[in-house]
Amino acid sequence: MEKVGSVLVVGGGVGGIQASLDLADSGYKVYLIEHRPSIGGGMAQLDKTFPTCDCSLCIESPKLVESSRHPNISVLGYTELLSVDGESGNFIAKIKKKTRHVDINICTGCGACAQKCVVKKIPSEFDEGIGERKAIYIPFSQAVPNKATIDIDHCRIFAQNKICKVCQKACTAGAIDFDLKDEYEDLNVGAILFATGAVPYDPSELKQYLPDHPDVLTAMQYERLMCANGPTIGHVKRFSDGEEPKRIAFIQCVGSRNPKIGIEYCSAVCCNYATKESIITKEHNMDTDISIFYMDYRACGKGFEEFYKRGQDDYGINYVRSRVAEVYESDGNLTIKYEDLAEARVKEEQFDMVILSVGLSQSKETQELITSIGVDLNRFGNVATTIDHPVETNVNGIFVCGTAQGPKDIPETVAQSSGAAGKIGSLLSESRNTLTTKKELPPEKDVLGLEPRIGVFVCHCGINIGGIVDIPGVVEYVKTIPNVVYATEVPYACSDDGNKQIFDKIHELDLSRVVMAACTPRTHEPLFHATCAEAGLNPFLFEFANIREHCSWIHMNEKEKATEKAKEIVRMSIAKARLLEPLGRGEIPVNQKALVIGAGISGMSAALDLAAGGFPVYLVERTGELGGLLKDITSLPNGEDPKQIVGETIKRVEENKLITVYPNSEVSDVSGSVGNFKAKVISPEKEEEIDFGIAIIATGGEAFKPEGYYGYDGKRVITQFELEKIIDKVEANTIVMIQCVGAREEAPRTYCSKICCTEAVKNAIRIKKQKPKTDIFILYKDIRTYGTNEVLYTKAREAGVIFVRYDDERKPVVNEYVDVYDEFIGENIKIKPDLVVLSTPMVPNDDNAEVGKMFKVPLAPTKFFFEAHVKLRPVDFATDGVYLCGLAHGPKPIDECIAQASAAAGRASIPLAAGKVIAEAIVASPDEERCVGCAICEDKCAYLAVTIEDGKAVVNKAMCKGCGTCVTACPTGAMEQLHFKNNQILAQVKHAFAW
Amino acid sequence: MEEEWTPKITLFCCNWCSYAGSDDAGVGRKQQPPSTRTIRVMCSGRTDPGFVLTALMEGSDAVLFTGCHIGDCHYISGNYKAKKRFEMLKEILDEIGLEDERLQLQWISASEGSEFAEYIRKVTEEIKAIGPSPLRQEWMK
Repeated sequence: MEKVGSVLVVGGGVGGIQASLDLADSGYKVYLIEHRPSIGGGMAQLDKTFPTCDCSLCIESPKLVESSRHPNISVLGYTELLSVDGESGNFIAKIKKKTRHVDINICTGCGACAQKCVVKKIPSEFDEGIGERKAIYIPFSQAVPNKATIDIDHCRIFAQNKICKVCQKACTAGAIDFDLKDEYEDLNVGAILFATGAVPYDPSELKQYLPDHPDVLTAMQYERLMCANGPTIGHVKRFSDGEEPKRIAFIQCVGSRNPKIGIEYCSAVCCNYATKESIITKEHNMDTDISIFYMDYRACGKGFEEFYKRGQDDYGINYVRSRVAEVYESDGNLTIKYEDLAEARVKEEQFDMVILSVGLSQSKETQELITSIGVDLNRFGNVATTIDHPVETNVNGIFVCGTAQGPKDIPETVAQSSGAAGKIGSLLSESRNTLTTKKELPPEKDVLGLEPRIGVFVCHCGINIGGIVDIPGVVEYVKTIPNVVYATEVPYACSDDGNKQIFDKIHELDLSRVVMAACTPRTHEPLFHATCAEAGLNPFLFEFANIREHCSWIHMNEKEKATEKAKEIVRMSIAKARLLEPLGRGEIPVNQKALVIGAGISGMSAALDLAAGGFPVYLVERTGELGGLLKDITSLPNGEDPKQIVGETIKRVEENKLITVYPNSEVSDVSGSVGNFKAKVISPEKEEEIDFGIAIIATGGEAFKPEGYYGYDGKRVITQFELEKIIDKVEANTIVMIQCVGAREEAPRTYCSKICCTEAVKNAIRIKKQKPKTDIFILYKDIRTYGTNEVLYTKAREAGVIFVRYDDERKPVVNEYVDVYDEFIGENIKIKPDLVVLSTPMVPNDDNAEVGKMFKVPLAPTKFFFEAHVKLRPVDFATDGVYLCGLAHGPKPIDECIAQASAAAGRASIPLAAGKVIAEAIVASPDEERCVGCAICEDKCAYLAVTIEDGKAVVNKAMCKGCGTCVTACPTGAMEQLHFKNNQILAQVKHAFAW
Repeated sequence: MEEEWTPKITLFCCNWCSYAGSDDAGVGRKQQPPSTRTIRVMCSGRTDPGFVLTALMEGSDAVLFTGCHIGDCHYISGNYKAKKRFEMLKEILDEIGLEDERLQLQWISASEGSEFAEYIRKVTEEIKAIGPSPLRQEWMK
């Protein structure tokens, strides 16, 4: 039976959104359902993200909007999955669209209902209970869908059986209907993705931390408190007395690493978010004293160790290695009683505010839903997966990504999401583009060289604009401006009626420009662009005038001045509109072959995923063998057999007819850009020219050789990686392992290598199992068995492995004896080992710089590759058509490498499947006559889109992002930015004020 | 009584951060004096010194460069270039003796609606304190 070309994505957090966008872009119809009123998930609630302190909503919001506007994504907020029938390729999913008692086809999201609603002081879910909302509400200002919802548990009509209808009267659009009922629907989909996320652990049972005290907040509540769109507009203050706290404590591992409450795992994100929240607090007020009470600081991720160091060195955050016994209140202050682990004694300290760094946990409802469908959970309550199939569940056709699969941070979530989307894309590839829609548009009317005929529509937006600005006055004024052939007022321009009016007038009056005076182009421009295009008017002949966000809403008490300003804003837009030119969006054909560099587990996995999607792959490997580092690994943390994984993968690669393997080969002479690359593949025997549309860099890494560290000799003192190979033959009564050898030190190895702690405890357990009498000491700085690897740490201690902490001031000394200070007993201990094992970091390949230069992609200071965006584009480069996965990106375990490989393949499949990429319309455009070839533009372009050819600037439209930076730099005025041309902006400048 | 004078301030906003921050101020109904006229550019790196000088000569009492915070630029590094151009313009305007307040640079993120409104209030007060631009008056002579 033919597979269905549509996908159900359950959960609208950043993971679900990313997967939906990837799937829809690669030719599938997507239903994205979210049980809350709007999408965005936990990321929308965050103030900033670590380790860059990017504003969280700023980077997520464009994705929210993009998914809601995508022609092939149905975003269904306030919707639940009830049940699933059928099988892989053809499921029937029953969903329930809970009624909001608001007709979402009519609601414009103006918020007038919530302003008038009389039921106040309901704890806001979005603000984690520390802010308030009304009984009818929109969760946050950038909510998608931006629709109101009535909370029937609090609404006077539903909860108190009263006659109210205040909101209904406030809604001039007439969207509120108290009789609306829940709707049920059966969706026929080929695959299902669970992106159900996690919830912050609820600390209410941990009474020792005073979770109910007004000045004890969870980290998520604190995040809302710091956020500019939070309940205090970003002012950090105590709820008990409104004072700004001078001393703040973070308590780590609340709801993590605590078997007593049934949570064995480490939540993997809390150490880093605690540092982030501390840094932001310090940036608000550098005098705030901040202490973080932690057991092991786990900075396991790209750039996290450096971030931790910044927290210590630049911000003076006080990291206290400790175990907190309790928090108690005295004289209005909070006292923390803790065991200082460095000094092995109990201490007390007072604070004004305490933040509980709560872990990630799963809600019962989500777990019940998932198991009811037949999907297995693991012992931690997350969706069960294996190392070699990190995004596949036990049920064929049902996939998982993000924190539903286990605790993880945003980039790892995004990588898994793109990975799952890639896997689904391959699974359903026969049905690609069968259910997607594409609008047929009429031919565009010719406008060039003709006198502009401008139509101006001034929107009341109910009372949002019309209540302040004198709209008829604006319309009358506009009619006096040259070239305006029509001006009118509309109640809601964005409604179907409003759009129909625009459509009709373009035809009726032969309008050649449209100016919309309404809200912000950032949310509504694409809608009106589409209307213009449907009416045969090039969308770039449309111009917005923002008289709501930038006028009526911010001058509510100055109606006359607001009207005057509105007139001027519209006049500026008309001045620009007069000079607008139609723009085309060129298509660049894409060669549907791929190049993958590196045939380790990452490169092979990416090649297999691409081939499964039907794309031919050139797989180039520098050495003579496939398998990379994994072929030297003899065991995996969860007991799976690495030999089997690598063996089967190699076999599948070798048998796959779409994959051409080039062993002992290197890539050189790369030219071209996305869609059309060329390169040479050179081996000792031959040289071959290949062409391809995209490239994936999976060049891997290697274990650092610790020459000069602790008497490393490869015999008595070996590396963890060397131990791995001989572990079954080890003859030793006493073994000392030393962690962080050559890692977390000076540049370039400033980073934590993420895997060494897990590797060490795994090997220690293995030796203990073979020879229980072996004494094993692990000397460490922090044990970083993050996530579910935490159970190995517990197991190792139970098996009798002895852990001794050291710090940089008192490093162990290795001679015949190993001499190390043991803070637990407060004196130096001497161990006489037969074997010393040094845990060394993964280091980048030495040829990364060369590969980077060929593909014009950058390296981070650590010499691993530098992705397009640390949070949201972990496997992309800023250069289109080139992707990244595995150790080439940074140290990580095998399952994360494989997830990234699938992600890179999935992302690469988007242009490959489409067979084309759409070029930006707003790009730089040089005038050959005026160009003198000075190359300043070439130097200014951050995307390498401008080159000088035959003494003239040439812009590669496939690479130009349209920022206009080169235009401003051009000394002769030869370079122009389309749609933002010099004369267009100057016209706005000149019409800005009534002089 | 004569109506209170409102300065004319030309405001360049980048599409991704400061324009969105200005939107956020609107959504939050953060009241501001009606002194600004916004010109949207895709990136602060597009803010051309020519636009700034034209605005001043046409009679703007102040011109504001705004964009993403350093490190957050949607286009990697456009805001660095904006900063350099701003500094260059500053030197020129210093040279001709224009007051420091009349050309300003401010980074505003998409979620900093409150900060945005606060900043507009502050700038408007500053310009009110120093009065209309002498450039406009010179030009009109």
